[in-house]
Amino acid sequence: MTDTVDDQAASGPGPGDQPSASGAALGSAMTEEALVALTPDAADSLGDYLRAWWLRIRGGESGAIPIIIGLIVICVFFEVKSSAFFSSANIVNLFVQAAFIILLGMAELYALILSEIDLSVGFVGAVGAAIALALMGTPADWPWWAAIIVGMAACLAIGAFQGTLITRLRIPSFVVTLAGLLGWQGVLIYVFDTDKGATGGVINVTNSVIDDLVSGNMTPVAGWIMLIVAVGLFALTSVLSTGRRRSQGLSAPPLGITLATVAAVAVAGFVLVFICNLNRGVLTTVQGVPWVIPVLVIVVVIQSFALARTRLGRYMYAIGASPEAARRAGIHVARVRTITFALCSFVAGLAVVVYASRLGSLSVGFDGGTYVLYAVAAAVIGGASLFGGHGKPIHPVLGGLVIAALTNGLALLNVTTAVTDMLTAAVLLVAVGVDSTLRRRGRTSEV
Amino acid sequence: MTEGATPLLELRGVSKVFGAVQALSKVNLSVPAGKITALVGDNGAGKSVTIKTISGLWEPTEGEILWEGKPAHIHSPNDAEALGITTIYQDLALCDNLDIVQNLFLGHEKLRHGLLDETAMEIEAREVLADLHVTTVRSIRQPVASLSGGQRQSVAVAKAVLSSAKLVIMDEPTAALGVAQTEQVLGLIKRLASQGTAVMMVSHNLVDIFAVAEQISILYLGRLVAQGPASAFDTQMVVEYQTTGQSTRANAPGVEAP
Repeated sequence: MTDTVDDQAASGPGPGDQPSASGAALGSAMTEEALVALTPDAADSLGDYLRAWWLRIRGGESGAIPIIIGLIVICVFFEVKSSAFFSSANIVNLFVQAAFIILLGMAELYALILSEIDLSVGFVGAVGAAIALALMGTPADWPWWAAIIVGMAACLAIGAFQGTLITRLRIPSFVVTLAGLLGWQGVLIYVFDTDKGATGGVINVTNSVIDDLVSGNMTPVAGWIMLIVAVGLFALTSVLSTGRRRSQGLSAPPLGITLATVAAVAVAGFVLVFICNLNRGVLTTVQGVPWVIPVLVIVVVIQSFALARTRLGRYMYAIGASPEAARRAGIHVARVRTITFALCSFVAGLAVVVYASRLGSLSVGFDGGTYVLYAVAAAVIGGASLFGGHGKPIHPVLGGLVIAALTNGLALLNVTTAVTDMLTAAVLLVAVGVDSTLRRRGRTSEV
Repeated sequence: MTEGATPLLELRGVSKVFGAVQALSKVNLSVPAGKITALVGDNGAGKSVTIKTISGLWEPTEGEILWEGKPAHIHSPNDAEALGITTIYQDLALCDNLDIVQNLFLGHEKLRHGLLDETAMEIEAREVLADLHVTTVRSIRQPVASLSGGQRQSVAVAKAVLSSAKLVIMDEPTAALGVAQTEQVLGLIKRLASQGTAVMMVSHNLVDIFAVAEQISILYLGRLVAQGPASAFDTQMVVEYQTTGQSTRANAPGVEAP
């Protein structure tokens, strides 16, 4: 069959080339071929697994590898050029700078998965954060958690409203969220002028918990405990899930790969916690992991889980690739899309709370229009696609770190903003160019 | 008609009118269970209208549809789905970004503790594909975007099997395929029928039709002009019926010409 020949030619020698012993027992050549073809990833040896992995990379499923390599190259470059880059103060600063864009990028990711765009994330998030900050400040003096709940609920409601306009009235998301970009900025200015908590167009972060989100640090011991717990949970879930797959006779990565992944995460976490725990204070001792890092990790884990392991997440990806296929599969497309826009606004609210925590206040000067573009850039540099159906929460994390590392490193080298902007643009184009080239090689259909 | 057995699906005097256009006129079509029926006709003969009526996209203007001998009310694609009718259109309705397993279970995911049960879905997907002898895919975890046309068609068929369809309607399943892939898909259709699923295949390609069909139904300008076992037809007759609505050998044994 030419089909088989084509596939072999495209994928080169792979584990599928050796007929398995179990297949031979079933006699007919056809069945044997079927078994081989259907279980090529059942590579229990490390070599087979690595070969299957290499095939996937060559097939265009490169995942996050290129951008992680890019990030490492950028970091090494800056460390060589300026030894201050890997200093404790700078690394913490880098994460704190990146946290806001990462979160806003994760918000934008929801729209991107649907093959839509949300230009309003900056200001919608700001409206929710302003409500939360006003409620926890004087004179309302709500407990911080209640204020956050109400503020984020407002974001959900705004997102659901915009999503309804997009899905029911079929106004393009670009237009609805462009109106949102303008309109919610207006609302923000209006609220800031009339709210008593705001003086001179600024709402200060008065609550210590929200203030500590970015400015506060865990104690060094707490940082180590957190790392041990996180790595332990990761190791446990990885081993359990591969074990379950293997016990059901399905292909699973060999134990060596699982352990290597866990070890890599543990080393990266160790380096991060170690650097954060160094004293970075000038006059007094300042050390420890800033609270925003564990918060970020938790948000990423929850979203990754929801997108990968729930029906709702699966349907978002399906709709992003083919709304028609999703509709014929019986999925309530309009409902899923509306929920997705609501989630997009919700995460945007969290992002702006982190922003306000870092600056100690939220003002009318909040530049939501520009931040949206950085959010899109973070998601896309990290590997999400503007064409829909692709992208994971880890992508805006990587993309946000790349942008922050560039900005931060170039500032250390005293490069002007003009050059920084131009370099960021170049990185955006290179990242997307590499990604789409790799992806195209793996496709048999147009696009 | 097949020796007195109740057909799986029967259209009785079905007509469909769009404004001034009579798209279907008193069509009496029957689809036997577990067999391959080819629905043949020139462009504009009413093939698409017929399958869209059966699959619930359009309601007939008059006439009735019988399912397993009982009157059926198909008002929407969901009604058709509930009866066990699955339609595979030419675009196949697959999501390119999802892998084979995810596509097979789209909209009908298996859950475990409220979460997607990938293991169970993968096991069942593997069984279905093995039953259909779908042999050439590299991995059932590869995205559908990387599959060939024939493989994509196979995934669409496997999806129909998973939904435990009793009747699978296929619109031009081989139209966009090369020789080898056509061979592969025709084999798939035969296996589907041998597992007891009725297949109604809309096709222009007489070679394909005579290769697999057990019954042939021919539409001409909205009317069913001939229907009977494939053995009662030859290429010449099918061409005549398609182009003129009648045949010089109209009285061939077994061929009904209502």
